[in-house]
Amino acid sequence: MTATAVTRKPVRWGRIALHLGCLAALLVMLYPLAWLLATSLKPADEVIASLDLLPRHLEWSNYETAFEGVNDVSIWRLLSNSLIIAGGAVIGNVISCSLAAYAFARLRFRFRGPLFAFMIATIMLPHHAVLIPQYIIFNQLGLVNTYWPLILPKFLATEAFFVFLIVQFMRGLPRELEEAARIDGCGPFRSFFQIVLPLTRPALITTAIFTFIWTWNDFFTQLIYLFDPDKFTLTLALRSFVDASSTSAFGPMFAMSVIALLPIVLFFLAFQRFLVEGMASSGLKG
Amino acid sequence: MTTTAIPAESQRATPPAPKRRPKREREGAAWVFLSPWVLGAVVLTLLPMAVSLYLSFTDYNLFDPPRWVGLRNYTQMFTEDPRYWRSVVTTLTYVVIAVPLQLALALVVALALKSMKHGKAFYRSAFYAPSLLGASMSIALVWRAVFNDGGTVDNLLGTGGWVNKPGWALLAVALLTVWQFGAPMVIFLAGLQQIPAELYEAAAVDGAGKWRQFLSVTVPMLSPVLFFNLVLQTIQAFQVFTPAFAISAGKGGPADSTLVYTMYLYDRGFVASHMGYASAMAWVLLLVIGIVTVVLFRTSRSWVFYASEGDR
Repeated sequence: MTATAVTRKPVRWGRIALHLGCLAALLVMLYPLAWLLATSLKPADEVIASLDLLPRHLEWSNYETAFEGVNDVSIWRLLSNSLIIAGGAVIGNVISCSLAAYAFARLRFRFRGPLFAFMIATIMLPHHAVLIPQYIIFNQLGLVNTYWPLILPKFLATEAFFVFLIVQFMRGLPRELEEAARIDGCGPFRSFFQIVLPLTRPALITTAIFTFIWTWNDFFTQLIYLFDPDKFTLTLALRSFVDASSTSAFGPMFAMSVIALLPIVLFFLAFQRFLVEGMASSGLKG
Repeated sequence: MTTTAIPAESQRATPPAPKRRPKREREGAAWVFLSPWVLGAVVLTLLPMAVSLYLSFTDYNLFDPPRWVGLRNYTQMFTEDPRYWRSVVTTLTYVVIAVPLQLALALVVALALKSMKHGKAFYRSAFYAPSLLGASMSIALVWRAVFNDGGTVDNLLGTGGWVNKPGWALLAVALLTVWQFGAPMVIFLAGLQQIPAELYEAAAVDGAGKWRQFLSVTVPMLSPVLFFNLVLQTIQAFQVFTPAFAISAGKGGPADSTLVYTMYLYDRGFVASHMGYASAMAWVLLLVIGIVTVVLFRTSRSWVFYASEGDR
């Protein structure tokens, strides 16, 4: 008995040290978020004068200012612009990527191997290689400064990462179900909609959440395609603060940053399981 | 959508060895499923790539028709444009700092979490959160303030504002990337959990200590995942934009020290309207990323171990 006690003790200390280390790392990592929240509530004079993380008194007017918006565009407008783009992207990606994934995962067709390899290769393709011609195309169509350049590509399964994610998931589904259905006279379309798609739900949810968060956060594409302040997203509106970096606007700027971050935080808290597992499964079995 | 053609053989009561379906019908269905992707691949990927290659040999400002200039964009880039080389060096420096640091941290934390009994799920999610939040403009702005003159880092280390120092601003950008080590960490952790425990037991029986087990079991078994993370993070790092844009207030400063490649490309193409020049830059980026990927794949043969190939 003493022997076990002796051998067990160092293990336990190691474990406590491990937890302490992780907690310390976590505190450092969460600091920027705490800082953001605190600064969004600080009055202008405290932002530069005080070194404390916590504000001495809460300045809610920062949020009032933020709600008035930027460039005479109300925050509701910015918020709904962001939602339209992110929502459109989610619908587009879920539909188009699941269709393509089903073909790659379950159907036979000519050139399947080379096309699949090409699809995988486009995951690694830098966006910049197609950026300028895409811009020219949308410009010719008169669609620059509309939401179409941000939404339309998602309906054409251009985000191969999600096609790949769904393919991986579909390959894990038992084939017997479809084979049985096929024997009963079920064609590929019914088989897709009634058998495979419902079973693929976890991968579709992962796709939807990641698409939402990535589109919401996206800056570069929005920067290029949108220039009318009326059409700005929250992310782009924050850019106005980038140029005018006066300290007096610090509080409202970070209040707006908090508002822009809120949907992602909520999504993360609600769907962390899907997100973490979606990320974990995307890399393996490849 | 309903399928109208029910093939004759499906009416057989007992199909012992299901005969092959008429191939053409299945093939047609496949192309229907594939049509959005094919359209996207042709109109938004292949065609733009060809156009971008063509434009890279022209002078084009979006308003006048492109004017063929041969290799001039490329020669100008390589021989007459110090800012171009500046952006190349800046990007390479960033990649070399950010990617190894990020992956090392991801691996260390994944190893720490692996052996945990309690709280693993909590830590996993908590460390992952910055990977999602950090890509936002909001956090990039926080980063600029925290690393600015009078910001937290200045107060702690007395370094002055990193954001305003040519040698240090890029490090602040890199640290924002390192901070987002959660995504590769989650992939590492998933990989670690797939290593069979018997391998460790066998190694322990053979007298291998913890360190030896790490080198002889963990590293080879994890090498495919390590390789995957390395390729993915490197490709992503070459395309960094938002944090550099935010930290330098959209200008790439101080003294062009945060002018990463994509920012200079944006500047040439969308600010200065030199679309031909920007296209040439895009093609060099494509080639470099292609070459780096191929080199990584080549070298991987000597250090990545696939269990299915070896003798298990």
